[in-house]
Amino acid sequence: MSSEINLTLKVWRQPGPLAEGRFVTYEASGISTDASFLEMLDIVNERLIEMGDEPIVFESDCREGICGTCGLMINGQAHGPQKGTATCQLHMRSFNDGDHIVIEPWRATSFPVLRDLAVDRRAMDAIIAAGGYISVNTGAAPDANLTPVPKETADTAFDAAACIGCGACVAACPNSAAQLFTAAKVQHLNLLPQGQAQRWARTEAMVETMEEFFGSCTNHGECEEACPKEIPIDFIAWTNRDYIKAKVKNRKLAG
Amino acid sequence: MLGSLDARIPAGSLDSKWTDHKFSMRLVNPNNKRRFDVIVVGSGLAGASAAASLGELGYRVKVLTYHDSPRRAHSIAAQGGINAAKNYQNDGDSVYRLFYDTIKGGDYRAREANVYRLAEVSVDIIDQATAQGVPFAREYGGLLDNRSFGGAQVSRTFYARGQTGQQLLLGAYSALMRQVAAGTVELHTRSEMLELVMHDGRAVGVVTRDLITGEIVAHSAHAVVLATGGYGNVYFLSTNAKMCNVTAAWRAHRKGALFANPCYTQIHPTCIPASDDFQSKLTLMSESLRNDGRIWVPVAHDDGREPDQIPDADRDYFLERKYPAFGNLVPRDVASRNAKTVVDEGRGVGPLRNGVYLDFSGAMARDGEAMIRAKYGNLFDMYERITGEDPYRVPMRIYPATHYTMGGLWVDYELMSNVPGLFVLGEANFSDHGANRLGASALMQGLADGYFILPYTIGNYLSDFLGDPALEISEPAFANAEQAVTDEVNRWLSIGGTRSVDHYHRELGKLVWDYIGMARNKTGLEKALSEIPALREEYHRNVRVLGSADTLNQSLEKAGRVADLFELAELMARDALTREESCGGHFREEHQTEEGEAMRDDDNFTHVAAWEWNGEGTPQTRHREELEFENVELTQRSYK
Repeated sequence: MSSEINLTLKVWRQPGPLAEGRFVTYEASGISTDASFLEMLDIVNERLIEMGDEPIVFESDCREGICGTCGLMINGQAHGPQKGTATCQLHMRSFNDGDHIVIEPWRATSFPVLRDLAVDRRAMDAIIAAGGYISVNTGAAPDANLTPVPKETADTAFDAAACIGCGACVAACPNSAAQLFTAAKVQHLNLLPQGQAQRWARTEAMVETMEEFFGSCTNHGECEEACPKEIPIDFIAWTNRDYIKAKVKNRKLAG
Repeated sequence: MLGSLDARIPAGSLDSKWTDHKFSMRLVNPNNKRRFDVIVVGSGLAGASAAASLGELGYRVKVLTYHDSPRRAHSIAAQGGINAAKNYQNDGDSVYRLFYDTIKGGDYRAREANVYRLAEVSVDIIDQATAQGVPFAREYGGLLDNRSFGGAQVSRTFYARGQTGQQLLLGAYSALMRQVAAGTVELHTRSEMLELVMHDGRAVGVVTRDLITGEIVAHSAHAVVLATGGYGNVYFLSTNAKMCNVTAAWRAHRKGALFANPCYTQIHPTCIPASDDFQSKLTLMSESLRNDGRIWVPVAHDDGREPDQIPDADRDYFLERKYPAFGNLVPRDVASRNAKTVVDEGRGVGPLRNGVYLDFSGAMARDGEAMIRAKYGNLFDMYERITGEDPYRVPMRIYPATHYTMGGLWVDYELMSNVPGLFVLGEANFSDHGANRLGASALMQGLADGYFILPYTIGNYLSDFLGDPALEISEPAFANAEQAVTDEVNRWLSIGGTRSVDHYHRELGKLVWDYIGMARNKTGLEKALSEIPALREEYHRNVRVLGSADTLNQSLEKAGRVADLFELAELMARDALTREESCGGHFREEHQTEEGEAMRDDDNFTHVAAWEWNGEGTPQTRHREELEFENVELTQRSYK
């Protein structure tokens, strides 16, 4: 049953990319436990506007946990305390009356803060541009049923493809690596028969582009814990294996 | 100026029109393609697929999106599936049957030629997406699986768990990023289109605002493609993403593009009801739940008992009672209207009395909880996450919510608006769904437009301009448009009113929902036409937009979008008032059968209404495009 709770928020405010930021404390009183976390912030923002203060900038779009736009560090946890749940799907019934909540943007050098809680995640698009595709021009595709794909293979590829690109794995990683994101995309395509032609080129290019922008993976596993889609780190292991093979194969092909 | 609208539908038999037309359209040779600049606004299924395909062909493409990444576009949230006339199930499907179902489902208010072409290219979409690595559901033999969807008697829906839109968009996005890497597509994220630039009566570019720096930027091109989605957020509460808006389409409308059938909106019956005044959006629960859930409300008004305390005799399974043949599986519009009726009668359930029960206890007793968990587990989990209630123990509560808009910018057979050089794709145009869209057809249309139609038709337009460079951005047309955007930004920041943009958006949404929602009538629509402009006037006088123009300022972004929604809402009311019939998602209470079903007026309304902007403060002019049905006979839909 719904009830109302009073909270104290410590929110990161930063006027712009180059400006200095700081924590600002806000009292959020009379919040319904039926509200989502972002609706709680909507309410706080309405009150700020009423008082003539600029609202807290945070990003969200679908609010159904699929677009990957939202993402906050909530008490030091990417997307907050509920496992397998994006920030927009977290509800205030996960909190208690009197709680103090620290709200920060994703913390990673590769995700520079744009304002308050909004960050720039374009480096993730660069990883996809490096090889996160199968090169097939429009119109060039054979009949979809030409190549059977074992159901188990398709299902595992889907488990990887479920990634929403939110960046929680980066924010949770002590090294700020985007290894889970990269591995999920690499394996989605590497597992499928359609993805074999470019398997080795893709793996090398994507992993190395990741390394260019982000830290390196040292198998902490924090990413899996934080992932709102619960993507397993097995995909990282498989990608590491593919990467070693790729280094050899790509050399042979080149020479 | 316009006369009667000509959709330029090719002559010939239905099944040869597109093939013949592809041959008769002029081509641009590969060396010349790289001399043409094309702007694509929006990066959802339609925009990303169009931009990728045009880039592959060699055009110089510029993609503009207000998202931080093209992958965020709202196509990503589509759950159910995508239709295609593959007939892999050997159950009698064909291009003609998909065409027929779509025309009928749209309540005979769509163009035959467009819909047939859509059904024709549907099969290529599945091939394309599969080759890209879209992980569609498969059978144990490794071939693609299908399921059935509302409004069809065959299994033609391809799906990727409950995330078909996500997977198709990621496919189109990967193709797009491949072209970005290849240098054929220039990607501008966090860039919002705020003006269409016209020169000599043609679309020659757009002006954007950089959402991080506030910089106003002019972009010039030989053609402009809008793939900017629908306008469901005019209701404030809808299943659309928070940022979805009508601004790009509306700014084009204000420059002369006709806006067609704005009153055709789709209300989806199975959404989670609003829980409080702070509700920011509504969440859809897949239509598939109606296969096993039974919909009911208490017979008595204000029955305060818990659902498990209400015996069967005191329950009203109203869909099963009224529609014994289809029961809980009646089409979306019928299910939605009936839920509204019982809630309006005071028989709604839940703390706010704003829902109806969707009850799985019978199905669980019959098939076991494990079976229901296997079928719907992820949906039940989502429901519990949002409501805090366990649907295995307590019946779900559902209520209809706005989901899709069939209306949009008017386009001809080649998907070009009446403004030369302005093409419109996907949900942003009006073309294929008539007055009601069938499930799993939105993804199909977005990708058909982007992958397989625009890449052909745009060449037919561009071939007239061989050797002509795109207009220099030093031309006055650009400077004027930039000035207009700057003035608008400054105007919002200088009002200094007392209420937030969201406050007014919410108020507008209530009016639109009450008067132009699931059921409309003359009195309500006339009220809408007086109350919406009054609220709009207050909005422009009293909205409070804090901060400055040169930073990330979300209130400022929303201010312009909500202003456009106000103008659109007024046009929706006018369109709904003028269309004196009921069809599909447009239900006029004055026009119903004795049993309360929608009653079309084919003699007077078998046409598209396309509205022409006449300047602020003057009502738009209504133009007509007559719909000719040469292949399908118009009948009354019945689901008894």
